Amino acid sequence: MSSLLEVKDLVIKFGLRTGDVTATTGVSFTIEKGEKLGLVGESGAGKSVTGFSIIVLISKPGYVADGHILFKGTDLTKISSEEMRNIRGNRISMIFQDPMMTLNPVLTIGTQMTETLLAHNPKMSMKEASEIALEKLRKVHIPSPEKRLEQYPHEFSGGMRQRIIIAIALITDPEIIIADEPTTALDVTIQAEIMDLISELCETEDMGFILITHDLAVVASVTENIAVMYAGRIVEKGRTRDVIDNPQHPYTKGLIKALPEGAKGSNRLNQIKGMMPTLTNIPDGCAFNPRCPYVMDICKTDEPSLIQVKGMDTQAACFLCKEEVFTNE
Amino acid sequence: MSRHIDNFKQSYLWYAFKRDKVAIASMIVLCILVFTAVFAPLIATYNPYDPINTDVMNSEIPPLWMEGGDSAFLMGTDAQGRDLFSTMVYGMRISLLIGVGAVVLQSVIGITIGLISGYFGGKLDSFFMRMADVQLSFSYLMVAIFFTAILQAAVGVGRFGEIAIPFLILVIGFSQWPQYARTVRASVLAEKKKEYVEAARVTGFGAGRIMWGHIFPNTLSPILVLSTIQVANAVMSEAALSFLGLGMPISRPSLGSLINSGFEYIFSGAWWITIFPGVLLVVLILSINLLGDFLRDVLNPKLYKG
Amino acid sequence: MFAFIIRRFIQAALVIVIISIIAFAIKQNVGDPVRAITGISVSAAEREAMRDQLGLNDPVFIQYLRFSKDALHGDFGNSFFYKKPAVDVILSKAPATIELVFVTSLIVIGLSIPLGVYSAIYPKNLFSRFLMGASIVGVSIPVFLIAIMMIYLFSIKLGWLPSFGRGELVSIGGWDTGMLTLDGWLHLIMPSVALSSIMLPLFIRLIRSEMMEILESEYVKFAWAKGLTKHRVWFVHAFKNTLLTVITVGGVQLGITIAFTILTETVFQWQGLGFLFMEAVERADASLLVAYLMFVGIVMVGVNTIVDIIYGMVNPTVRITGVK
Repeated sequence: MSSLLEVKDLVIKFGLRTGDVTATTGVSFTIEKGEKLGLVGESGAGKSVTGFSIIVLISKPGYVADGHILFKGTDLTKISSEEMRNIRGNRISMIFQDPMMTLNPVLTIGTQMTETLLAHNPKMSMKEASEIALEKLRKVHIPSPEKRLEQYPHEFSGGMRQRIIIAIALITDPEIIIADEPTTALDVTIQAEIMDLISELCETEDMGFILITHDLAVVASVTENIAVMYAGRIVEKGRTRDVIDNPQHPYTKGLIKALPEGAKGSNRLNQIKGMMPTLTNIPDGCAFNPRCPYVMDICKTDEPSLIQVKGMDTQAACFLCKEEVFTNE
Repeated sequence: MSRHIDNFKQSYLWYAFKRDKVAIASMIVLCILVFTAVFAPLIATYNPYDPINTDVMNSEIPPLWMEGGDSAFLMGTDAQGRDLFSTMVYGMRISLLIGVGAVVLQSVIGITIGLISGYFGGKLDSFFMRMADVQLSFSYLMVAIFFTAILQAAVGVGRFGEIAIPFLILVIGFSQWPQYARTVRASVLAEKKKEYVEAARVTGFGAGRIMWGHIFPNTLSPILVLSTIQVANAVMSEAALSFLGLGMPISRPSLGSLINSGFEYIFSGAWWITIFPGVLLVVLILSINLLGDFLRDVLNPKLYKG
Repeated sequence: MFAFIIRRFIQAALVIVIISIIAFAIKQNVGDPVRAITGISVSAAEREAMRDQLGLNDPVFIQYLRFSKDALHGDFGNSFFYKKPAVDVILSKAPATIELVFVTSLIVIGLSIPLGVYSAIYPKNLFSRFLMGASIVGVSIPVFLIAIMMIYLFSIKLGWLPSFGRGELVSIGGWDTGMLTLDGWLHLIMPSVALSSIMLPLFIRLIRSEMMEILESEYVKFAWAKGLTKHRVWFVHAFKNTLLTVITVGGVQLGITIAFTILTETVFQWQGLGFLFMEAVERADASLLVAYLMFVGIVMVGVNTIVDIIYGMVNPTVRITGVK
């Protein structure tokens, strides 16, 4: 039986005037029904573009150069645009980052909700669609939804808008939800609330959930599995608990140390030295080598591939992990 | 200086320019036209302002290659009997002088008001922007037509001819300041939020120093784009005013007044008096506009719409 | 919404007051009202008496109040050339200009929306590139030159279309219309095409750039992510927002159109307000100039106010809160 979603060796490139720039290389992960996966990385690590590639909606001039995206065995990179349209927003939904920008200012909430249903179910009546919209609004705890359907986005607060966006994402009962930094633009006080809502709904609806974020703490509290991205590559993936408690890749270690609770006794926060390279000047060898505290000669020439860490469920792309394998043998 | 040239050669602007055939062509055409205008006395075969060259006996001679053409007059003569080519060259000189002069004037007014408005905000800002709104809703051409018309009616056509050039610069300049003010204000508002302005203020620099020394240099690219478009607009406005008989007198014609003077003769077949200056005017405006378009695409500033 | 409308009306009234001050200043400085009444064969003493009698020696402010009072009653004095009240002259010429602007607007709106939207959706397509090229050439050719070239081609060379005037008119209750006769329509073609030659490229470029910007917005991206059909995304999500800008800018552009009617009407000797205005300038007919300024001012302010209110009604953000 094929996985709910399997991304295999995904390569995304941006066609610029000066030549192609690679945004992601060899990104692979799978997700099953009811599973929650966190895709973590700094901005520019290629996590958003990976998310958008799943619904085949990368903004130009980006394109999928290589690899497969298998949704229940169907390769989404190969099907027609009309078939894809029927999957997008219907069986795979997406929640965007900034709720203030995501809703169309001149259309009512009702229109923006029902149009999704009607786009995927041409035979459905407006009345049925409105009923479903109401039900979903209740699910995301919007008070007096009947009145709300007639209102425009600017009449809602940011938190409320994000709830509505979640309701829109849920409206067709999708099998996968991709959320791209769903709480970053919100007030700190309601971030947890929204995150809990999404997470709870994914559980009750038994959906696959991909959470794209830079926030390790959120990933730790919500997801079961994690993939850490750096400069367009997955550098470590595994069970969230394992990776957080026992990180293998120096980059992940650095990220965890940089968390406020990682600072423990010391009175200042730790941070990873330097900056992530831009896509146009990724160094030879391991992309992380200029910033890595454990850098070795081989890191500057060869690129490590993702390998199983011995005795663990975790995979990491680091020669250190390989070293251990050698020495133990 | 050579360092600046090297910097420029490495810039994206230069890179994009080299690859854009339309931009290169417009630049070449514009350079030729400006050169011709600046060195008009050397290029023109006659001096159209010299009464010796005005001979009614020579009026409406068709261009050289047509039947009845005279080898002394390449593009024929106008209704006054002046060599059309020379008159056009001098006319373009006046059109460009007024166009550039008006843009210099409006940029000084507009940039100052825009900087003050954007930097200080508050009542002053709303006052200036309200004024800009009102003036824009009348369109610069309407404002210019009206004020020139009134002045001409007040001082009489004869005297108006003497002061036409400075007056046209003044009227066109004043009628177009709102575009500058709004564009500059918008970029000031964007720049003001940035940290370097805060840093400069904390360091204790005065408002004037921050505005001119720090914010202004960062608004240059929208100003450059706008200025290019505005020169085209100013040349066009001058032509429109002169065409209406509100601009340059026929004794010292700009391209617009030449087109106007030739208009009545196209019915009798002397099309060249109108069409040649017309084509020259279009080529001039088009080359400026194409360059402006290129700059806008490359520098991509936020210009104020409307 | 009500407060919003009230505020717009107060603003409009203020602008009209400013225009009236300018109009008054013109009246003070252009032409000689005494000469307008008596001609030149009157002695200096008689003139002075006349000035007193007309109140021309009163303080400026009193004169302005008198001017405003008369203006409110639609009295701007008599046109000394037409020997009729200036307002009557203006009103008799207005239909010609209104018809010209109306047909022009139809051409501009009818063509710019489909062309602008098309070239925004397919920006790289050959036709879109051609449109952009053509539109920049269009903006670069002055209206009067297009008009002249059209006359040269269609009237002089080909003899298809009449080159001046309005042709055969039908009078309906004082409104002389050229839109009920074939001859009238033939006369309308060139002036309206010439006038739209300046607005059309501007509108196409405006709609295109606005729509392209909106197509890049997050909410359009979200609309795609919802799996909507492309027609729904383009024409409901993107176009509706584009329209908002077009409405605002459209109002401002009307001001520009009126300026260009002066040029078009001059070339085609179209007996409308623009033509009348240029005649008044040549004759230094102060009353007529003032009446024209006030008329254009009121039309412009009126249209801008209506446009703002329509914008307010279309844009839900304004509808509730009352602020723009």
